[in-house]
Amino acid sequence: MLQELSWKVGGQQGEGIDSTGKTFATSLNRMGYYIYSYRHFSSRIKGGHTNDKVRVSTTQKHSSADYLDILVAFDQETIDLNAYELRKGGVVIGDAKFNPVLPENTAGDVLLFAIPFTKIAEQNGAAIMKNMVALGATAFVMGLSPDFCTPVLQSLFGRKSQKIVEQNQAAVLAGYEAMKAQNVSFPDFALAPPTPSDHLLMIGNDAVAFGAIAAGVRVMPAYPITPASDVMEYLIKKLPKVGGVVVQTEDEIAALNMTIGASYAGARTLTATSGPGFSLMMEALGLAGMTEQPVVIVDTQRGGPSTGLPTKHEQSDMYQAMFGTHGEIQKIVLTPATAEECFYAAVNAFNYAEIYQCPVIIMTDLALSLASQSVEKFSLDQVKIDRGLLATQEQLAQIGPGQLFKRFERTENGVSPRVFPGQKGGIHHVTGVEHNEIGRPDEGTANHVQMMKKRLNKFEGSELPNSTSYEGDQHPDVLLIGVGSSIGPISEATVRLRKHGVRVGHAHVHVISPFPVASLQSYMDRAKQVIVFESNATGQLYHLMQFFGLKHSEFSSQLKFDGTPFLPKEIEAHVKGSMIAWQR
Amino acid sequence: MATVKEFRNNVRPNWCPGCGDFAVQASMQRALGNLNLEPENVALISGIGCSGRISGYLNVYGFHGVHGRSLPIAQGVKLANRNLTVLASGGDGDGFGIGLGHFMHAVRRNMDITYVVMDNQIYGLTKGQHSPTSAFGFKAKTTPAGNIENAVSPLQIALSAGITYLAQGFSSDVNQLTELIQGGIEHKGFSLINVFSPCVTYNKVNTYEWFKEHTVSLDQFPDYDPTNRAAAIAKVMETDGLCTGLIFKDDKKPVFEDLLQNYPQEAYLNTKLEMDQGLFDELMKEFA
Ligand SMILES: Cc1ncc(C[n+]2csc(CCOP(=O)(O)OP(=O)(O)O)c2C)c(N)n1
Ligand code: SF4
Repeated sequence: MLQELSWKVGGQQGEGIDSTGKTFATSLNRMGYYIYSYRHFSSRIKGGHTNDKVRVSTTQKHSSADYLDILVAFDQETIDLNAYELRKGGVVIGDAKFNPVLPENTAGDVLLFAIPFTKIAEQNGAAIMKNMVALGATAFVMGLSPDFCTPVLQSLFGRKSQKIVEQNQAAVLAGYEAMKAQNVSFPDFALAPPTPSDHLLMIGNDAVAFGAIAAGVRVMPAYPITPASDVMEYLIKKLPKVGGVVVQTEDEIAALNMTIGASYAGARTLTATSGPGFSLMMEALGLAGMTEQPVVIVDTQRGGPSTGLPTKHEQSDMYQAMFGTHGEIQKIVLTPATAEECFYAAVNAFNYAEIYQCPVIIMTDLALSLASQSVEKFSLDQVKIDRGLLATQEQLAQIGPGQLFKRFERTENGVSPRVFPGQKGGIHHVTGVEHNEIGRPDEGTANHVQMMKKRLNKFEGSELPNSTSYEGDQHPDVLLIGVGSSIGPISEATVRLRKHGVRVGHAHVHVISPFPVASLQSYMDRAKQVIVFESNATGQLYHLMQFFGLKHSEFSSQLKFDGTPFLPKEIEAHVKGSMIAWQR
Repeated sequence: MATVKEFRNNVRPNWCPGCGDFAVQASMQRALGNLNLEPENVALISGIGCSGRISGYLNVYGFHGVHGRSLPIAQGVKLANRNLTVLASGGDGDGFGIGLGHFMHAVRRNMDITYVVMDNQIYGLTKGQHSPTSAFGFKAKTTPAGNIENAVSPLQIALSAGITYLAQGFSSDVNQLTELIQGGIEHKGFSLINVFSPCVTYNKVNTYEWFKEHTVSLDQFPDYDPTNRAAAIAKVMETDGLCTGLIFKDDKKPVFEDLLQNYPQEAYLNTKLEMDQGLFDELMKEFA
């Protein structure tokens, strides 16, 4: 019995690949298996190869598998492009319609079945149900019951009509029977039964959006961009339930300025974007920093530069998030690693923004934003709302006529009480021009120095809680460091290497600003060699570590920037290779 | 109840003596006072330019943002608290140059915001470059041989984009200007009051005298119907954009705020932010 299985469905964009993968993944998630599902797609709407790779496991995984057990193909291109991933003994199920053939280098190693997906679907009602036929065929190979996806079909189509549910069910069953009729048995494709559990399945974007709404967000101005749009689309559906509003703005410049305005007037507010849109926000980001307005910005990194690889994975906005905007402002940059963390990062982001009165960026990457992963149920008990330092009624009552409120009062920790338009006694001025405590422009040298210090000193060099995480040997020969979604592959490689007797540690960075210097240095001090893994071409995290003074005599960087996330085996192989080099 | 006096603060504007913006400031204060609004319920969001400084010169909640972005900020303020009287303000460069896109979209959205533009046909703060409303042939620092671009017509743009309140004033006529701003604030929807507000330092063509000579007041046309959009467009074209007074008004179009589903009357600040366990569970269930 397998502890995990890797399945992929591929075809042309617009053929329903996404919904096939989703139905498969959701069904198995409901059964209690853990899912990690990563979609490969290109930035065109119809046509072009697309696929969805789903990993089903009895334990939680945050990465795609290194290999494939089963490949479902709706065209020959899918086989040509993906067969190399199949393990020895793997199975390809193709639509008989296109006479599937195996590429030469895989022949003999894998099994090919041609099942008339389209024809069977037509016999059962409509050609578009060929994906259901494929799911039925898959079920047979995996030893699943042919009604394994019925509950999902029920929730997908039940509201439309019972007849559609039944038609789809019939198509699944027909696919199952057609596979059975091949008279081949697949004993080594059966999954071990799952431990009963009721976890959820979601993409990182949904988790951020859900977290934001649990945290009390009420205004979301945003402009669509891949892979951030789902955040907005989720909130458009759900915010009205709590009386909140989403505005699709004319551009990202308007989006962040509107966010600032809403925050200034007392609402919890966020915007979401990806690299190019984040660039457009740089001027407003400076304004938010200068005027000490709490704003939350989600940046879902994608491949750059420019419009680069809009549908591909990369982690190359780190410099932009750290150093972006003119002048010098203090900001918080959270880099959650899993969908579950995305939820709590959103909750924390709003609290941090209001406690420190500064912009907070939740920076994810495409794999984290869009990969579906199983997530333990969230707990509302863990959602606490902290609106930071607010002016009290007593403070406001003390403001005499003609007197202005000291919104930018120079306090010990640089945080001054907030007041909102509409509050009596709170009148003051806010400006992006250097200003004094009541917000009047003041270009004086002493004032500028004091105000810069006030704004920049809010954290006093301390780390935010849980800025890093650590697993593995306490005194490792090799320490692996990563950020964002690579937590999955690095973690798996760590476990495997340790099984092979290699002493490995894995430190993950969950906040890059304020940069967790002390905790990272302490991990590094205990290791003989340090390797930073990241998905970009110049080693941004590696260089940030050096920028912040982190030191190690055996310190190297391993990069991947072909648009796809690391696989566990790639990390494992690199570590093995570099260990030998190091031992020499 | 508040009076004009309560909208004054003791800050001395850094505008040049004689600058048209003083009259805009005075008219705004008078309009707010006439309407008996409380200063703490008014938010004035401005852009960058000499004109943009206005948010610091009234005793209200003032926000001086970045160049050209007063309208997005103002819309954010309105969304967070629809009970505020939200004013936005800035110059012609601010609003119709860098901010023209936002202007079009603010008009389309039709939130209840009053936008007052100090149109001096030049960039004042940056010391005399031509602006998007400078006339063809206009000589400025960046057009030494005369402007070879055509001026934008904010009035035509606003009318075509579907504005629901449009007026144009002139700094020489504080009474008319006060009335126009007051009307804009009273109007439920997005309003633009474009004001010819001479820059006495850099614009030696479009002076007070020039405007006196070239503008016509719509009061001269008793038959003029400000509820007829086509007639308004025709009048603006006929006067080459140089008419003053109430140009157009549509009271029937719903405002953005009223079209939002479940949008509360109260400020979000005063509403409960904590989520109910019931809704939380309902939202979680969709991911099962
Ligand atoms: C992004 C950006 N670009 C340029 C500037 C420089 N700038 C400041 S004010 C201004 C023009 C102001 O002209 P206008 O809006 O007509 O206002 P006025 O000073 O005439 O009242 C410019 C270009 C800026 N502050 N920000
Ligand atoms: S430069 Fe022109 S616009 Fe600016 S304050 Fe002086 S007169 Fe007014």
